[in-house]
Amino acid sequence: MTSDPMLQPVGEAPSIAATASAEKRVSRRTALEEAIIPPLVALLLAAVVGDALILSFGQSPGAVYKLLLDGTWGNAYGFGQVLYKATTLTFTGLAVGLGLRAGLFNIGAESQLAAGGFVAALAGLLLPAGIPALLCLPVYLLAAALGGGVVGAVPGVLKARFGAHEVIVTIMLNFVVLALLNYLVSAKLHVPDTLHTPELKSGALPRLSDLASPFHGSAANATILLAIATAIVLGWYLFRTRRGFELRSVGLQPAAAEYAGVHVAGVTWRALAVSGAIAGLGGLNYVLGYKHYYEEGFATGAGFLGIAVALVGRSHPAGIVVAALLFATLSQGGLAVNALVPKQMVDVLQAVVILAVATSVPEVRRLLRDARAGGLGR
Amino acid sequence: MILLAFLAQTLRIAIPYLFAAAGGTLSERAGLIALTLEGYMLGGAFCAAVASYQAGSPWIGMLAALAGGGALALLYAVCTIRFRADQVVVGIAINLLAIGLTRFFLRLLFDSSSNSPRVPGFQVEGSGTGFGALLQNPLVWIGLVTVALVTWVLYRTPFGLRVRAVGEHPAAAASVGVPVARVRYLAVAASGMLAGLGGAYLSLDQHQFTDQMTAGRGFIALAAIIFGRWDPRRGALACLLFAAAETLQIRLQGSEALPSQFVEMIPYVLTIVALAGVVGRAVPPAALGKTTTE
Repeated sequence: MTSDPMLQPVGEAPSIAATASAEKRVSRRTALEEAIIPPLVALLLAAVVGDALILSFGQSPGAVYKLLLDGTWGNAYGFGQVLYKATTLTFTGLAVGLGLRAGLFNIGAESQLAAGGFVAALAGLLLPAGIPALLCLPVYLLAAALGGGVVGAVPGVLKARFGAHEVIVTIMLNFVVLALLNYLVSAKLHVPDTLHTPELKSGALPRLSDLASPFHGSAANATILLAIATAIVLGWYLFRTRRGFELRSVGLQPAAAEYAGVHVAGVTWRALAVSGAIAGLGGLNYVLGYKHYYEEGFATGAGFLGIAVALVGRSHPAGIVVAALLFATLSQGGLAVNALVPKQMVDVLQAVVILAVATSVPEVRRLLRDARAGGLGR
Repeated sequence: MILLAFLAQTLRIAIPYLFAAAGGTLSERAGLIALTLEGYMLGGAFCAAVASYQAGSPWIGMLAALAGGGALALLYAVCTIRFRADQVVVGIAINLLAIGLTRFFLRLLFDSSSNSPRVPGFQVEGSGTGFGALLQNPLVWIGLVTVALVTWVLYRTPFGLRVRAVGEHPAAAASVGVPVARVRYLAVAASGMLAGLGGAYLSLDQHQFTDQMTAGRGFIALAAIIFGRWDPRRGALACLLFAAAETLQIRLQGSEALPSQFVEMIPYVLTIVALAGVVGRAVPPAALGKTTTE
């Protein structure tokens, strides 16, 4: 799968071209066009499909879209919910994006997110009560990263050691891990008559509604700062460190990277472990910032949507943050328009966006190249 | 008697897996990852329920399932073959699309977000759940025949040879005149139709469609394909094995001996073990998942 242009980093010019600055400018423009056009095509297509679905329900698209915007960015509660959902999606999107940069497909974000949340909740049960949040935070960060990281490391090691395909292993592991967590919660740890663990003893993060009352009721919380920090650190790591360069080189051309002295197997398993750890951190949004306990099913769907986020964000941390906001808006917007059209419409639109981005990336690349080659020939 | 009941229940659970795994084997042997089985099954289950409800005949439902599963498969094929999009990404999108579309049309057609009304199925009323009742269901027979048919097609017909060729080395196949894209379209379409029938079995057997009723069965079928090392016969045995484990879990329910969650894990753990090659390494078709550049 590494040979697929989809998985190759964008925004980088081939290094040979870097000598001439004019060439560099052109290739940077090329890269930017190739990065930005597919998501725009996808959104356009999603809007067309959305119109068709809305019309099939006998409603006016304009009214539905207006309601969708009013219910998300138009009021503090809706916006808070968008921020909350975008926080989780940023983590899973960054996790998948990091994998893609290394040429690896992490489909396990779903269970890594759940495992991270679970281990954090477990840590919260072991901590004594009354410790200041700031002191607890490192413990929670470590716990969540550890939970997700271990789940991510398994396919990483199996791939590096035995060549087992990470796509299949992460899919299968999703089921195994979720069943295991289900067992642990339902058989050992749950509060009677619920499917959640007892509350954390100390260290919960403040909600946005504690700072600004209009957010009242929305789940947005300080984890969002952690998400932004993670995106910045990941961007720095990928594009400004040697390790990050090695990781991207393995994603682009594993054979060439190996020849240049990169330990490909090591990069592979570390990339998947770190990817899992990032997804695991996402569990804090629910466990530390919102409910303060681990609950069965809190991660449902966020892992798969993370794949969509990483694709639309073109595996770039900044793009991923924007894409997370977009998908969060869609999923919160679905609830807002439910009175006019079924909120299930949003599920369809999300799928259409993924399908369109995946399909238009190679196509746009070809068309742009053809257009340029044609221009030079004449 | 207990053994017979156990076997009947195993077969009953295995039928949708058999359909999906047989179809998925064709797709994977042609070089296209069958992550989409879950979506095809869900689409098939929904179309079968709607058509059977509207026409009052499960046979029409069956045809609709072929069309529904086949349509999703063609979408997958067009995106991955014509537009050379990444198979894993498109596969995931197709599954999400199937969930979304079935939910949307469940609301649109039946004004419900959970299930369809009761639809006609194949069972004769009051015939119970034993072998007798099972064998009255034509889909059971079709499922068993499908396994044999797919095995025969794959190993004994020119088309099967082409399927295996394009899955192992598409460039070599193309160089001797095999129409690579056409063979792949056909194999994928067949996988969608067969998995759709597996879905039809579910909704017609339960006399209704419920939201996300396939509940991961497509992935169990995928696990069976891999565990059966991409051979339709071994894949079918894997389906039966996984179904037997499920039956055991249902029978043991309530007893403290083995938590049900651990039985649920069996197919997935076995697949991971098979892929890691601890006991006889599972090696996929060489061109599986690769974007061809003809």
